[in-house]
Amino acid sequence: MATVRFDHATRTYPGNDKPSVDALNLDIADGEFLVLVGPSGCGKSTSLRMLAGLEEVNDGRIFIDDKDVTDLSPKDRDVAMVFQNYALYPHMSVADNMGFALKIAGVDKSEIRRRVEEAAKILDLTEYLQRKPKALSGGQRQRVAMGRAIVREPKVFLMDEPLSNLDAKLRVQTRTQIASLQRRLGITTVYVTHDQVEAMTMGDRVAVLKDGLLQQCDSPRRMYDHPDNVFVAGFIGSPAMNLFEVPVDGGGVKFGTASLRPSFGATPQGGRVTLGVRPEDLDIADQGLPVTVEVVEELGADAYVYGSMDGAEAADKSIVVRVDGRVPPEKGARIHVLPKADHVHYFDPTTGLRLGD
Amino acid sequence: MRRGGTARRRTTPGFCPLTRDNRTVPLQITASRPDPALLDLPWGTPLEDWEGPYLAHLPRGISRHVVRFVKVSGRVLAVKEIKEEIARQEYGLLRQLRRLEQPTVKPFGVISGRTTPEGQPLDACLLTRHLKFALPYRAVFSQRIQPDTARRLLDALAVLLVRLHLAGFWWGDVSLSNTLFRRDAGSFSAYLVDAETGQLLPTLTRGQRDHDLEIARVNIAGEFMDLAAMDGTPEDLDPITMSQRVIDRYEQLWGELTGAENFASEQRWRVDERIRRLNALGFDVDELSLSTDLAGTSIQIQPKVVDAGHHSRRLMRLTGLDVQENQARRLLNDLDSYRAGQGRQTESEEIVAHDWMAHVYEPIVSNVPPDLAGKLEPAEIFHEVLEHRWYMSEKAGRDVTTLWAFVDYLNTVLPKKRDEEAIVGVDTVEMPVVAMFDD
Repeated sequence: MATVRFDHATRTYPGNDKPSVDALNLDIADGEFLVLVGPSGCGKSTSLRMLAGLEEVNDGRIFIDDKDVTDLSPKDRDVAMVFQNYALYPHMSVADNMGFALKIAGVDKSEIRRRVEEAAKILDLTEYLQRKPKALSGGQRQRVAMGRAIVREPKVFLMDEPLSNLDAKLRVQTRTQIASLQRRLGITTVYVTHDQVEAMTMGDRVAVLKDGLLQQCDSPRRMYDHPDNVFVAGFIGSPAMNLFEVPVDGGGVKFGTASLRPSFGATPQGGRVTLGVRPEDLDIADQGLPVTVEVVEELGADAYVYGSMDGAEAADKSIVVRVDGRVPPEKGARIHVLPKADHVHYFDPTTGLRLGD
Repeated sequence: MRRGGTARRRTTPGFCPLTRDNRTVPLQITASRPDPALLDLPWGTPLEDWEGPYLAHLPRGISRHVVRFVKVSGRVLAVKEIKEEIARQEYGLLRQLRRLEQPTVKPFGVISGRTTPEGQPLDACLLTRHLKFALPYRAVFSQRIQPDTARRLLDALAVLLVRLHLAGFWWGDVSLSNTLFRRDAGSFSAYLVDAETGQLLPTLTRGQRDHDLEIARVNIAGEFMDLAAMDGTPEDLDPITMSQRVIDRYEQLWGELTGAENFASEQRWRVDERIRRLNALGFDVDELSLSTDLAGTSIQIQPKVVDAGHHSRRLMRLTGLDVQENQARRLLNDLDSYRAGQGRQTESEEIVAHDWMAHVYEPIVSNVPPDLAGKLEPAEIFHEVLEHRWYMSEKAGRDVTTLWAFVDYLNTVLPKKRDEEAIVGVDTVEMPVVAMFDD
């Protein structure tokens, strides 16, 4: 049972002018699964390590259960890095493999037994407790290793890209299992990944970082439907949201041959906005934005049209549209697309911030 | 500390060699010196299924990855099957550590682009050269675990960890299993084997060092508990005390190598004393910061850059012998005794060293019969002969000559030892790094 709070937590590496993590504020609820996600160098692993006590905090504070842990050593924080650095010992029983670290920590025998039995129950290992690891299947061995982390009953689990050396198929399988196990255990978990799909499928909430700055922290649904800025809009979602600058005049937002009713107040200076629309929120229409179809990726029920916007001013003219897989347009065809009402996002082209609601 | 010097890396793309089953396999070999003999290995077969005369046949344990040992062009290589990205990262990291003169296994290359004859892609393989005369800890303990041996092994691991931390290497998986040990004048020198979880950083924070120490504490205790579960260990080898020893030795050495020291300005001799203390521990001081308070009444010194290998560098300069630190210390002591015994203290050290090599060291190491040469490294044999001479002299109540001790050692001691030149680790079957829930 633990909450975690980053309060303006900052890490600047020696010799760097810019912080790698810049005044991070995050409140993580008890039992929550929070995913830190962002591109390489965004500060996600550094943030996790600050929480673990592995990186110095140059400014700000970090709290676990309202206790200031900023200056505590890693072992005094009651956090556990999961899935790293474990080994199974071939001559020890499953129960001993799960419980030996508690013995080192001075936990008494009856308590070790209680925790091991409880973890074994959660992991479906009860009947294997007296066996040796060699007698177990690969998956059972893995669960023994997870048991080692669980019996510690830490306040917080920390996971840093734990799936990075798995192939794509196993990643999908394993991430579901980790998420469901975390929910069963109810232990507050902070998980780091560079993969936004992993983040969106696993987290109760997702925190997106870029250049050491927190961009947004929200539920996956809210993050997808309501990105706070252009970076989040482009980072979350696969294929990515289409983003391009368009002019705004008295008639509304210009979208090819159509005009859209703006959902924001004052138009930014310069009379232009960055418009964002997800591939599935575009429909083929009689008018709207003209697109030349370059590639059609057929997925069965759906198809993705990769095309270029005719006459667009943007340097990147590419656009992705999800269409009905049964009647996709042909390569080379010229189509018009229009966004679904209320599924258009607008951003200030200068600040990148969301406009309107 | 010497840094730099980039070896050229050769990549050989697009190889389509014939495998043993006469199918083509597109391979990519990245190595500083690709050996064409590598192409004879069955890269189109999962490592776990390799069978053939090229394998060094060994018992198999469980590990995070499959590791097998193969013989290629007269040398033994460890082959680890692992994702390409991680293989390349570990290969690069081991190369960087070698450039920083850290004691690690030698990276040999990465094989990628492996596919089965059916076209199924296979993971890449990281190749490292087997260190001659290096022993996995289970081989050191394979006869009977002597508490003293265990303690010396742990001391060597503590020295290794200090050296790696000073170089900015954050290991992430400190354990006896990830270390190899070479005999070093009765002690051991430890070598890093597995750098998969490691990172090289400019400097480590206290938290990062603590993290490695905590991992060491748990892993080493676990390894001793496993040894105890296997065949019982002496009572004075308590796993928890043993793992605590590594931490204590580490803290002690780290404090001596990096700690600041204050003293009154008239005690300037303490600067020299500190340097001598570090030398005695086997370290040279490359940079020492010295500051005084405003009044100039007290001095603070703190070593900034220290470099292991004080004695081995001195021996190398004098004799050209490349041996480990304690062996070098032992050989230098014998050289000093030789110099004193001959009354040549005023002569150039280099000239005396040359004569010592010709008249003392060489007659011993070059006269070890070939069938016994694989038992121990030459410098270790020399060390043992000196030890043997001491015991013989004590027993006889008079000085026994080195040559006489050598003859007796060859007859009574060396033949009973096992060959340690090519003891390799345990072949492993895979136990992947994270949960798979495949059942």
